[in-house]
Amino acid sequence: MVVPISGKTIAEKIFSAHSGTDAHAGDIVVADVDFVMGQDGTTPLAIRALEDMGVDGVFDPAKVAVVMDHSSPSPIEGVSALHTMMREFGKKTGVKVYDVGCGVCHQLIPEAGHVVPGDLMVGCDSHTCTYGAVNVFSTGVGSTDGAAAMASGQLWFKVPDTMKVVYTGELQPGVFSKDLVLALAGSIGVDGATYMALEFHGPVIDALSVDARMTISNMAIEVGAKAGLMKADAKTLAWYEGRGDRAPAPVDPDADAIYAAEVMLDASAIGPQVAKPHAVGNVSPIEEVVGTPIAQGYIGTCTNGRLEDLKVAADILRGRKVHPDVRLIVAAASRQILLDAMEAGYIRDLIEAGAAMVTPGCGPCVGTHNGVPSDGENVISTANRNFKGRMGNSNAFIYLGSPATVAASVIEGVITDPRKYFMGGEA
Amino acid sequence: MTVTAKAFKYGDDINTDYIISGKHKFKSADMEAMAVHAMEDLDPEYYKKVSPDGGFLVAGTNFGMGSSREQAPLVLIHSNTKAILAKSFARIFYRNAINTGLPVVECDTDLIGDGDELSLDLEDGVLKNVTQGTDIPFAPLPPVMAQLLADGGLAAHFRKHGGFSVK
Repeated sequence: MVVPISGKTIAEKIFSAHSGTDAHAGDIVVADVDFVMGQDGTTPLAIRALEDMGVDGVFDPAKVAVVMDHSSPSPIEGVSALHTMMREFGKKTGVKVYDVGCGVCHQLIPEAGHVVPGDLMVGCDSHTCTYGAVNVFSTGVGSTDGAAAMASGQLWFKVPDTMKVVYTGELQPGVFSKDLVLALAGSIGVDGATYMALEFHGPVIDALSVDARMTISNMAIEVGAKAGLMKADAKTLAWYEGRGDRAPAPVDPDADAIYAAEVMLDASAIGPQVAKPHAVGNVSPIEEVVGTPIAQGYIGTCTNGRLEDLKVAADILRGRKVHPDVRLIVAAASRQILLDAMEAGYIRDLIEAGAAMVTPGCGPCVGTHNGVPSDGENVISTANRNFKGRMGNSNAFIYLGSPATVAASVIEGVITDPRKYFMGGEA
Repeated sequence: MTVTAKAFKYGDDINTDYIISGKHKFKSADMEAMAVHAMEDLDPEYYKKVSPDGGFLVAGTNFGMGSSREQAPLVLIHSNTKAILAKSFARIFYRNAINTGLPVVECDTDLIGDGDELSLDLEDGVLKNVTQGTDIPFAPLPPVMAQLLADGGLAAHFRKHGGFSVK
């Protein structure tokens, strides 16, 4: 009998199960993938790569989906042609097409139950790491890797080392999972976990909702990580009730798993965080940027466009007005979330406060449409990236924060600490 | 094969939005046309400087961080960039570069100045700084990636072998 050298991380276990090998960090494996996704910025090149490969279909149409979310509805004829290409690909191969208005790929894929805990999936979008929050090893790849996976149902991987991130203490009022992950980016830097998987642990993560966990896993790529994994617990399994037709197969790390690094962060000491232009790792406690004038606020994206994000914003903005010198743009992450938020009254609250609602999808995050800032303007956004030019203008300045921070800031027209709305005082 | 060209040097954490901005990448799938915007938000002259005679893009750590857009290596290829030399790479970009046939070399780029003439022979593992008269050591690609690059990228590898054939 072979005695195992050591226990395994979540990543090592998922790669072992999907490659039929005893996979350890550093091994190169060819693994079976459970699902493949592409969006409108990347699918056209994947379709072209499939042609280059001489492949005429996909390995299993039920395990592939393409999503029009980044530039949707189409703002220009070039994009319209790419969308048409995606629709024709869907008709030809039978893969699921999520057309204009369905929402952001990273909400739709788990929401529809396309992936379940224990799965391995790849998506042609770097924020595919989002589903680590529901115990899926999901990672972003380019179009040609995506095409290879669509064609064969397989992809080669280097099994990553894992960095264990433990949040201790307790989340404070007015502080959210976005602040936790920004604090991590500020602490380890934008290449702090390059080539690694992250595993998030501790009582603070356990106490978060599935929505809030997704915000954290979504930004794993912003510290260079391949994946941002969490255990599946009772909340995860409850979230999956009624979603999809496959049973979750949760994967826990072994108690003696070997981690390449461990990071401990005390949530009790973390207040609202803001990433300043032009890097996600350029993070400050909000106190250092309070008072910075803003011209636009954006609440939405695959990071923070979920129901509880809209609720937090609506709770702050209800009965108040967006500052006259500020535009507030809001996009729900999916059509279902928009419907749920309408039902709950959040959308009415936001619109009455002065918000401009745009189509469920990526909204203005990636600079293609829906709110390109002007020269010299500051934007406060719930997105995950603030690179120069990200929102379509390299002469604008993007600050990143939680939905509460954005909501508080658009009322006053300057970056504002949202905690005053959570102290049992003003709100 | 030895490629000789000038070095064009930039800093750390060059992200894929800088390599090709989102506002351009969604407009079409015509990489030739898009290449004129390569590195635009960082250096509006990049295409003009590199395309006539070719060049090596030299950078610091974490080159290619950010989005998975394969347009990033493709516009660099179409702007006549011969290879990327950096201290380290972000992983999605690294894979995309190999998959599309753009050589990536991890080395100590402090040994290269902006405008230096370099010669690179990937097969033999030799990188020379011709201007400074020095050899710059670099680690070979992992075997799987060397094989993909030798096959002309992942699509060509698939066409040749009918699927994955990596060791």
